[in-house]
Amino acid sequence: MKIIVCMKQVPVKDSLLKIKDDNSWVHEDELNYEINESDHYALETALRLKEAHGGEVVILTMGPERVKEAIKQGLAKGADRALYINNADFTSIDPMTNAKVLAAAISPETPDLVLAGLQTDDNGSGQTGVILAENLGLPHTSIVMEIEKLDNGIKVKRELESGWFQWIELPLPALLTIQSGINQIRYATIKGIMMAKKKEVKELALSDLGLSGADVAAGSTGLDFQKVYVPEKTKQALILEGDPKDVAEQLADKLKNEAKVF
Amino acid sequence: MNFHPVDFYEIDSLLSDEERLIRNTVREFVSAEVIPRIRGAYRAGEFPADLVPAFGELGLLGGTLSGYDCPGLNAVAYGLLNQELERGDSGVRSFVSVQSSLVMYPIHTFGSEQQKSKWLPLLAKGEAIGCFGLTEADFGSNPGGMRTRAEKKSDGWLLTGNKMWITNGTLADIAVIWARTAEGVQGFLVEKETSGFTAKGIHGKLSLRASDTAELILDNCLIPDENRLPEATGLKKALMCLSQARFGIAWGAIGAAMACYDEVVEYTKGRVQFDDKPIASHQLVQEKLAFMLTEITKAQLLAFRLAKLKEQGRITNAQISLAKRNNVLQALEIARLARQLLGANGILDDYQSMRHMCNLETVLTYEGTHDIHTLILGHEITGLPAYS
Repeated sequence: MKIIVCMKQVPVKDSLLKIKDDNSWVHEDELNYEINESDHYALETALRLKEAHGGEVVILTMGPERVKEAIKQGLAKGADRALYINNADFTSIDPMTNAKVLAAAISPETPDLVLAGLQTDDNGSGQTGVILAENLGLPHTSIVMEIEKLDNGIKVKRELESGWFQWIELPLPALLTIQSGINQIRYATIKGIMMAKKKEVKELALSDLGLSGADVAAGSTGLDFQKVYVPEKTKQALILEGDPKDVAEQLADKLKNEAKVF
Repeated sequence: MNFHPVDFYEIDSLLSDEERLIRNTVREFVSAEVIPRIRGAYRAGEFPADLVPAFGELGLLGGTLSGYDCPGLNAVAYGLLNQELERGDSGVRSFVSVQSSLVMYPIHTFGSEQQKSKWLPLLAKGEAIGCFGLTEADFGSNPGGMRTRAEKKSDGWLLTGNKMWITNGTLADIAVIWARTAEGVQGFLVEKETSGFTAKGIHGKLSLRASDTAELILDNCLIPDENRLPEATGLKKALMCLSQARFGIAWGAIGAAMACYDEVVEYTKGRVQFDDKPIASHQLVQEKLAFMLTEITKAQLLAFRLAKLKEQGRITNAQISLAKRNNVLQALEIARLARQLLGANGILDDYQSMRHMCNLETVLTYEGTHDIHTLILGHEITGLPAYS
């Protein structure tokens, strides 16, 4: 089974984020980065499938030079090779744009399975994986916790809410987004780290993917990114007064017409 | 709680990708597997021996040695590994130091092909544990006076004597024992099943409680000649092993110091006294924090340069002494100050600093006491030995 694992590098969890003066983004220079948590689980899932059924695990990541460290970590854990999209000439937080670029890198590889973390710890949209599946024309399932290989596809356990789960069968090729905490992640071994430097990391520019600057231009997908800011604190408390019947009526009116909760 | 390492002089940028990755992997391992259980192990006075297979699997045993399933690290990576382990606990780092520098190194360097191929793969995987018997109750700083003797017999060597303060002693499958022979001091491999060999745990320790420390008793132990390390002749060979271990300790101490510093920076920013102000806003507290940051940064630079000298084959024993002496003393001073800044809370094992402080008292004493390293430097400076 040929498995591609999409991995992203994100700021470490307790980072102090400082917003740039022009509100365009945060100061990235002062941050330390790590592999996105659910991507770790996606990689672990892929490595276990490979160990059980054979095949190849390929890491796919996109970002500035620093993400090569995440690639090396993945290769040290046991992935066979990596595809690295250098996005020095464009950065986007738009899942649609990112999915377009990732799809262009995945298509020629014709994998049996594409795994991505459920969502990223930085932007947290949870959209890139599922949009990527649409771009690739693959069936997909999100919030996957377990995968069983069948003769003609896979069977996956999907998390619903309130402790409910769902088992779904999918044909291959397919794309799955993987939930965090579903298995015990392995450590990179020192031997693995030493061997990682011999593994192939194929660097791809936009032009290698048949894409141009216009394809990734800000706003090209309709998403308008305006500014980054710290949530403004607002204190609003309204005390309703009167007899209980009046208060109940006022409350119902406000919930329906102002808060629009029903 | 996440660990916030010190990198004030951007030494990270001097590391290769592999070195950083090895450091980060061990750091992650220590945070997840060592720190959550070290308090219990320390209270119980037990080395967490079930970590050993994981040490083997990760490739933490054998350090800079190559072949025979050893990791073949460069000196910087080996140093970083020690630093991260000691960030967890000096006892855990001691285990790895002894196994790698004092057991695997002499087998690798002075052993026969048969000894190497039998023991090194087992020791590298953590499937066998080793210890190093040089020190005796009355001969610590002066190992040349050792009383343990090995007498040549027709069917091997007969070893008699007692060794003291032996890390990993009761756990060990194999002991590297140094004994006086007619031809001078020599090194031998004594297997734990050898008749007359006993390891007795030393209890009542107020330091290195999560480490196994033992007395080894050799009561007419007859071992075959093939268990003599053929090239381990002369006390100098034993001291070569110590140089390897001392190099690791110079790095390890930085880990303990960083753990204390990180703990106390967080604590003093959160602890409020006098007018609702964090104690970190007080000058006397800041003075201590500034001292800690300065000494950690200096220790990092010493250790990094020492590793580069080792990689270039230009390292000297006196250079190792300087780094071990400085880094351990400063780490101990940092741990003491951290304990002080934690106030009454600092005497509880909810905090790490006092455990590190107690551990570092041992680290100051073993592998060449602080004062012996002073005399090594004095000898180096003046050409005049002042050991006796």
